[in-house]
Amino acid sequence: MIYLQLFYTFFLIGLFGFGGGYAMISMIQGEVVTNHHWMSMGEFTDIVAVSQMTPGPIGINSATYVGYTAVVNTGGPHWMGILGSVTATFAVVLPSFILMIIISKFLMQYKHHPAVEHVFLGLRPAVVGLLAAASLLLMTPENFSTPSESPWQFWISVAIFVGTLIACQVYKLSPIRTLLFCALVGILLF
Amino acid sequence: MTPTDIKQATLQQPLPPKTGGAAGGSLFTTFFHIGLFTIGGGYAMIPLIEAKVVDEKQWITREDLLDLMAVAQSCPGIFAVNIAIFIGYKLRGLPGALLSTLGCILPSFLIILAIALFFRQFQDNPWVARAFRGIRPCVVALIAAPTFKMAQTAKIGWTNVWIPVLGAFLIWMFGVSPIWVIVAAGLGGYLYGRLISLNPDPSPEAKGSNNTQDSFQDSKPQQ
Repeated sequence: MIYLQLFYTFFLIGLFGFGGGYAMISMIQGEVVTNHHWMSMGEFTDIVAVSQMTPGPIGINSATYVGYTAVVNTGGPHWMGILGSVTATFAVVLPSFILMIIISKFLMQYKHHPAVEHVFLGLRPAVVGLLAAASLLLMTPENFSTPSESPWQFWISVAIFVGTLIACQVYKLSPIRTLLFCALVGILLF
Repeated sequence: MTPTDIKQATLQQPLPPKTGGAAGGSLFTTFFHIGLFTIGGGYAMIPLIEAKVVDEKQWITREDLLDLMAVAQSCPGIFAVNIAIFIGYKLRGLPGALLSTLGCILPSFLIILAIALFFRQFQDNPWVARAFRGIRPCVVALIAAPTFKMAQTAKIGWTNVWIPVLGAFLIWMFGVSPIWVIVAAGLGGYLYGRLISLNPDPSPEAKGSNNTQDSFQDSKPQQ
């Protein structure tokens, strides 16, 4: 029964998927391609590419797509593929939903306990470091290109980066408008 | 203010009251909006949450956002969804958590299904590829921008600036998992708290209690 297998697989991925979307991708690949043979490595790579390009968390996107593809590849019609999507997405969210509710409850109750206060005194500066690391890690040739490979794309990318920082910090432009504007710049200039 | 004083204050207000003004439908549409424009991984959601949930709707403070980022990062699962669950639960309990989660994942779900059903060559489309070359550097800047405001909220000064610098450096240069940075920082904060309660040396205690007092003041407007 593929739905049970999908549910079980994605429940485990949701439960042990520490460390964000990319760590999850390698777990999904191990289960879906190597273990269950629901799709080929090429199909999986396409799914990851689409998951990165479309809006939404990468973990949710790939779960939805993998759920659909797994059912259709094993001979199910399209509407059963949609059910596969629902199953995989629901299963991947369920463990963190349960855990986060328990933790929120605990945290709201003990937020002002001195021990908890002190833990967060250490955590808050560390999260700022995490945010800085996230943006440093994204400054890659894949996102910006390089001056030698494509100087045009590289300098336009740098200009978009600086322009976005100024638009957000100085002119308080909303992130959504900035994104739409940069998409338009990409279509016009690249 | 000594730790015992804090304990008494805690006893006087045992449970922080739920913040009003967030209708369930509004939770759903806000997170649907955020989910629709989160491009490029969980951290890309932070500038959107900051703009919508902190600045526009004022459902949580910037300090709350920092705290729940730490919690969401150290929990398994999808970072962005964990944040949605937490905010929904904080504002409206279990139904709120369900609505914010559904709102956050529904755009992804519908868009991916549409691509899987009708538009399988999506990633090869030249228009899409060009738009994304413009979007990617923008997303990096959007994630970098809140770092400075968050640094103010976390009250980063000369005494604790080494924490984010060291943390970012370990993750960026040595590929250390952010979870270990969170665990170490939490443990360090806890041990620091134990140290100042065991050893009543006036200077570190004054620093510690100042900070706790500030967080009390920050949480007051929520009542």
